[in-house]
Amino acid sequence: MKIHIKNGRLIDPKSHLDRKTDIFVAAGKVAAIGEPPPNFSASHEIDANGLVVCPGLVDLSARLREPGYEYRATLESEMEAAIAGGITSLACPPDTDPPLDEPGLVEMLKYRARGLNQAHVFPVGALTQGLLGENLTEMAELSDAGCVAFSHAERPLDNALVMMRAMQYAATFDLPVWLRAQDASLSRIGVAHEGEVATRLGLPGIPTCAETIALSKILRLAEETGARVHICRISSAEGVEMIRQAKKQGLPVTCDVSANHIHLSEMDIGFFDSNCHLIPPLRNLRDRDALKRGLKDGTIDAVCSDHTPVDDDAKLLPFAEAEAGATGLELLLPLVLKWAEESKVPLVDALSRITSRPAAVLGIESGILSPGAAADLCIFAADAYWKIEAKSLKSQGKNTPFLGLEMKGRVKYTLVGGRIVYKANPS
Amino acid sequence: MQRQINKNGELQHLLTIEGLPAAMLHHILDTAESFVSVTEREVKKVPLLRGKAIFNLFFEPSTRTRTTFEIAAKRLSADVINLNISASSQSKGETLLDTVNNLSAMHADMFIVRHAQSGAAHLIANHVAPEIHVINAGDGRHAHPTQALLDMYTIRHFKRDFHELRVAIIGDIMHSRVARSQIHALTTLGVPEVRVIAPKTLLPKGVEHLGVHPYHDMSKGLKDVDVLLMLRLQNERMQGALLPSAQEYFKYYGLTPEKLALAKPDAIVMHPGPMNRGIEIDSAVADGPQSVILPQVTFGIAVRMAVMSILAGS
Repeated sequence: MKIHIKNGRLIDPKSHLDRKTDIFVAAGKVAAIGEPPPNFSASHEIDANGLVVCPGLVDLSARLREPGYEYRATLESEMEAAIAGGITSLACPPDTDPPLDEPGLVEMLKYRARGLNQAHVFPVGALTQGLLGENLTEMAELSDAGCVAFSHAERPLDNALVMMRAMQYAATFDLPVWLRAQDASLSRIGVAHEGEVATRLGLPGIPTCAETIALSKILRLAEETGARVHICRISSAEGVEMIRQAKKQGLPVTCDVSANHIHLSEMDIGFFDSNCHLIPPLRNLRDRDALKRGLKDGTIDAVCSDHTPVDDDAKLLPFAEAEAGATGLELLLPLVLKWAEESKVPLVDALSRITSRPAAVLGIESGILSPGAAADLCIFAADAYWKIEAKSLKSQGKNTPFLGLEMKGRVKYTLVGGRIVYKANPS
Repeated sequence: MQRQINKNGELQHLLTIEGLPAAMLHHILDTAESFVSVTEREVKKVPLLRGKAIFNLFFEPSTRTRTTFEIAAKRLSADVINLNISASSQSKGETLLDTVNNLSAMHADMFIVRHAQSGAAHLIANHVAPEIHVINAGDGRHAHPTQALLDMYTIRHFKRDFHELRVAIIGDIMHSRVARSQIHALTTLGVPEVRVIAPKTLLPKGVEHLGVHPYHDMSKGLKDVDVLLMLRLQNERMQGALLPSAQEYFKYYGLTPEKLALAKPDAIVMHPGPMNRGIEIDSAVADGPQSVILPQVTFGIAVRMAVMSILAGS
């Protein structure tokens, strides 16, 4: 299929391109920008007048709930949600059931995802067998099977020796290690940021030092082992500052933040809103503002959706018993646009946080729009408002703290490998 | 937040003291005062809630609170149904809201809820039909509003004016729903100085944002205090990483006659019960002339009658 996308505002964060021009797609790739390539005759035209055309979004954390949790969501439903959100590449954490700790499981997931022929799925393998924090997984084999990185998801990895060995082993094969910084003993019973709101509501707290102590351990071990480390979903001002310093010292560390955490704080819990029961916990306003600044100055490399579909039954419980997590795939773009507008970040920079920069973290050839690149594209109306409600979401997870709000930024078309995989209903 | 007050400004549920205006608290206390005489009469019944079905929903074991609610409801002529849920549906895997939906179908007028999780009463109040009222009888560490109200009643009874008082809350503030509700009630009613006294392991982070002054030393914290609100120390907190031993706790934070002497000579001592004698309070104080622990219990019934009649009385 040859596609001519005309009159759009073409944004390629990688090359800092931002101008109104045409783009031509052929044989699954970007064939040309501006003028059509020789002998190009389009079989399909998209009028992108008034729309932004950018690389397909890259999401560093989306739980697809397969294998093991199909009653919450299936690959089918969540891949639909991804492309409706303009996401063309996504990484999924290994805390499935069973965890992604064997090549066979990874191959099966890749195979299932390929069969759906939508977004590209990049499994993150388990760092230890069964995510139990004891024995290393066959990282080299898992990498051959398709794992792009290794993580411990939300499971505790307390043993510093195991963490060091895992980093050493991963570094042997130059495999990246993704970790979320949270000390298990300091957070075991906690369900909310240890601060004013948790004190008022009588909720067990997770102190900021649960993040900084774990982060300090990870950064020192990264220094010791030379492993490439990515910090998942930083949550505190102090944590952002530690990453800033580590980067200054030249440590090969990258970092992401969840789209929820650049907008919300503990205050949003109100009176026990279980949609705000998230991991990591929403911290205070100072933390939230530090996350926004860290994202703006580049300390934080990427924004992820932290997509975690949870069914109503698991949310209609007292706050502490309610399952943590929120749906996010379809909110990633609007939430990043909201941040860009509030923080006065140019669109081309803002989009880099969900395209070229997470692609670099993943180490994939994606998130770019130059001729010859794969035609993974997201075409969206930056000023179109839509209401976040159960019926407007494709994901099987309908719970989000933003439920009921109007958001700006609606995806109109998503292309993967030069095929139109999503087209919004005209409305 | 104001879900417990309906659009006419009336109390729809009683979930927490937080956010209730002082006038509302005084209205409850005034109503309770009119019921105290009822409890002293030979025929201790008024027909205010005749025909109403009140369900005591206790997901956590309790004898004292449940009994006082039951007595209060019966004195208002309501029908009371006691459900000890921890032993029945929860163990069969029924969810909290399923239980509530089932009981709502039995035409309940009011639920009195005790639950181990903070926010359980809010969850229920958000899901019941608008004609059903919910009283929080204790949710996790969050709130126990009727206990705080009966404490305020007792303080008002013995001290009259809240605006001149210095009040100290002593003990396990961290895990106490009673303390949180007391703090909101005291600050709302205009008490100028509320202190909390505990070792640092038993004080929640940022407690001063609730409008209280933290102390770690009884000799400083009790100085010139008018009212001492003791808290129960749960057995499971007495060892481990929070406290080394009950003995050491008693030595430094247990209320003895010597420590009580630091407070004002006419200071009153209160305790929500059940007491751990020799751990948070010495028997000489608990049974002494400054103790108003037994009047608290009597007032507790009147206060609960007041809350129920304000919620569901026609």
